[in-house]
Amino acid sequence: MARILIDKLRHSYVQDPQKPEDYALREMSLEMADGGAYALLGPPGCGKTTLLNLISGLLHPTEGRILFDDTDVGRKTPEERNIAQVFQFPVVYDTMTVYDNLAFPLKNRGVAAGEIDKRVREIADMLDLGHMLGRRASGLTADGKQKISLGRGLVRSDVNVIMFDEPLTVIDPHLKWILRSKLKELHTRIRRTMIYVTHDQTEALTFADRVVVMNLGEVVQVGTPVELFERPAHTFVGHFIGSPGMNALPCAVENGMPSFLGNPVRLGSEIRVPNDGGKLEIGIRPEFIKFNEHEAGPAIPVEVTKVADAGRFRIVEARHKGQLLKVLVTEGDAIPTGTSHVRFDPTHTHLYSDGWLVK
Amino acid sequence: MRKRSLLPIVYIFFLMLPIYWLVTMSFKTTNEILGGFSLFPQDFTLENYAKIFTDSTWYSGYINSIIYVVANTLLSVSVALPAAYAFSRYRFLGDKHLFFWLLTNRMAPAAVFALPFLQLYSAVGLFDTHIAVALAHTLFNVPLAVWILEGFMSGVPKELDETAYVDGYSFPRFFVKIFIPTIAAGIGVACFFCFMFSWVEMLLAKTLTSVDAKPIVATMTRTASTSGYELGLLAAAGTLTIIPGAFVIYFVRNYIAKGFALGRV
Amino acid sequence: MNKQVNQKAWFLVLPVVILVAFNAVIPLMTVVNYSVQETFGDNVFSWAGVIWFEQVLNSPRFHDALLRQMLFTAIILAIEIPLGLIIALAMPRKGFWVSVCLVLMALPLLIPWNVVGAMWNIFALPEIGLLGKGLNSLGFDYNYTRQPLTAWFTTVLMDVWHWTSLVVLLCYAGLVSIPDDYYRAAKIDGASAWAVFRFIQLPKLKRVLTIAILLRFMDSFMIYTEVKVLTGGGPGNATTFLSIDLDKIALGQFDLGPAGAMSLIYFLIILLFSWLFYTLMMRNEAQ
Repeated sequence: MARILIDKLRHSYVQDPQKPEDYALREMSLEMADGGAYALLGPPGCGKTTLLNLISGLLHPTEGRILFDDTDVGRKTPEERNIAQVFQFPVVYDTMTVYDNLAFPLKNRGVAAGEIDKRVREIADMLDLGHMLGRRASGLTADGKQKISLGRGLVRSDVNVIMFDEPLTVIDPHLKWILRSKLKELHTRIRRTMIYVTHDQTEALTFADRVVVMNLGEVVQVGTPVELFERPAHTFVGHFIGSPGMNALPCAVENGMPSFLGNPVRLGSEIRVPNDGGKLEIGIRPEFIKFNEHEAGPAIPVEVTKVADAGRFRIVEARHKGQLLKVLVTEGDAIPTGTSHVRFDPTHTHLYSDGWLVK
Repeated sequence: MRKRSLLPIVYIFFLMLPIYWLVTMSFKTTNEILGGFSLFPQDFTLENYAKIFTDSTWYSGYINSIIYVVANTLLSVSVALPAAYAFSRYRFLGDKHLFFWLLTNRMAPAAVFALPFLQLYSAVGLFDTHIAVALAHTLFNVPLAVWILEGFMSGVPKELDETAYVDGYSFPRFFVKIFIPTIAAGIGVACFFCFMFSWVEMLLAKTLTSVDAKPIVATMTRTASTSGYELGLLAAAGTLTIIPGAFVIYFVRNYIAKGFALGRV
Repeated sequence: MNKQVNQKAWFLVLPVVILVAFNAVIPLMTVVNYSVQETFGDNVFSWAGVIWFEQVLNSPRFHDALLRQMLFTAIILAIEIPLGLIIALAMPRKGFWVSVCLVLMALPLLIPWNVVGAMWNIFALPEIGLLGKGLNSLGFDYNYTRQPLTAWFTTVLMDVWHWTSLVVLLCYAGLVSIPDDYYRAAKIDGASAWAVFRFIQLPKLKRVLTIAILLRFMDSFMIYTEVKVLTGGGPGNATTFLSIDLDKIALGQFDLGPAGAMSLIYFLIILLFSWLFYTLMMRNEAQ
């Protein structure tokens, strides 16, 4: 197990990088606690796989350092770094049984046979593979094979960090959530540092203690799922996380106060509204907009244009002066038709300048 | 890493010796070839090549061969691709037997087919056409292409297909944009082997043609039969025969060496 | 792989079946026709039953040719398959040299087979050929036109020279098709180079190796042109393999009946061995 420190890391696939665009991974620093569960979340091409490969040692960084427990591992190969990795497409040794697959890493390291047997059975039980140990690995379904992949990482006692590279991509949808819960349960049980790369926010938010949201090679925000939800540091995080994503509304400044198309907007905390020419936006999640007919207080008139049923809640599209607002209405609450008013919850209303949260 | 490359170097050297011999033969007169041993042509001559390039049947022979060989390669591989996919991904009635039956068509020497093919293709009015040879060669090239492609396709996990469908790819788009790049090496090899086996096939090519589509291999055997062995001429023709094939493998080298990184899906 | 049952897959296979059947069925019937008839010249045929088959199967000449053929093919397979595999493993994967290697290795395959025979004929001649003269000057008594053993040696060498590259190309393509992630996982698991070969490369090459073995088996069993031009089947009948023997019977003596029968028997032998090879190598796939 190890604490991972990433220090001013930058990486380019181009030989001689000049412009910022040449860098697949912009400069970033990050600390991952020992035994923590982290997710690297972002759309394809955001640099998360690059970061994963840099940490695992498959790539050497153009600039910066990576430290495992205060040791610079920049020069070390993947095996020297003592990592384990589960790949997107299941990698198993087809000709071996499940048992031999799990035992393989230990055999290569010269572990005693009795010890191997003990650990293999222990891990197999943890992964619900105990009854399949005698079967050939090639005969298992995709989720079984991924478990074997994971198992090969878990049997080793010297593993610093376990990396997952979009491991659920090829799993059947109805098996995905089983495996997801299993991973979370495993992490809670064995407390190894785990880094999970995905573009699926559900996977990231259910698995990780802290999520590293990335976009276009940059780390946009690092935080707990709750933090990401309630206080997105960037409009991108607001969009990417949550379904539907955050509303980003045009904002102007009137009398030093933020205003949305003529309506003054109250924010959760006292902040100075910046006046440096940056594009201002109000960010508020649909969950925190309420239809307000009967309460007192400032309200924004809207016209309800569309209602979509999403099961446990409804997504209502309303327009104010042509600007679209998405409002989330929980089960049981009434939805007005025609014209109505909405109220923003100030605690969850944020101001963004050029996409970044104004604090 | 250095030591490992010793073996390919030795092997290639071994391959090049007889080829060097062939090329030097092409620059010698037949008398010199049979007269004694010479490592390098004593009487360096271009007359063999001159004969080839000035005789219209020679270079039309090349053109004819290239036409039907390319036609055959394209036909064989494109017909084999869907079939190989079917064998690789699906089970259907008679699939195992059908697959093996395909290979059985390579188990008889061409001589067996020569006369019947002559009758068959004459009967459908295709005698002495490029199409006839291209079609006749599909007998052994199509099974080869199917077998090779199926082998490579089976190495691609079915999960790749399914993930693509979940991501919204239609089957044609998936096949072209995702699947084919992953089996690039197999396609490269299949194309090259089809080209090669059709290119060197002599008996059927000779039997099914006379003038219009006469291939280079037929013209070459003429030199062998008429005046004993015009060895220099044969060597020159042989050397020239290597060139189109070298182009083909150069062309598909990127496919063969492409390697397989299961792309982000 | 878990394949799903889908009878509509027949549509994907149909073009192949039509093409091949068109070419295969009619000639096959012709051969079968000949093999069970007797001709009295002037295209008069009469039913002869299995007399030709009996004659062929009982002839010592056929037995000799068959044994020679089997030995030859066994030697060829024993050399070319491992050699091709080892070379493919040793070849570079990336870079400029890959192209050079691929092109140079492919050259022997592209030479028409009669030219191959002819060039080796001269190449190996004791007085005027590079190989012949070279071996003799090194002290060996080498003359393939007179000595059966060296005739075999030369024939085998010629075939290895000619065809090993086929095995190399197939194995190489198979090797580069193995996804990188397997090698990465093996590194992470601490596997040795031998373990990588045994547990990753060899299993993944199984299909490609099967194709290579079957191809080389069939083609070497049917070998004709190169050997005919190189040795003519000699000295004597030292290198008279099945095809050459068949040729002597069919064309030399114009005995269509025995020739037809022999062709069929020939075909059936290849079929049987191929089927055995195939089943043996693919038996694991049944799961």
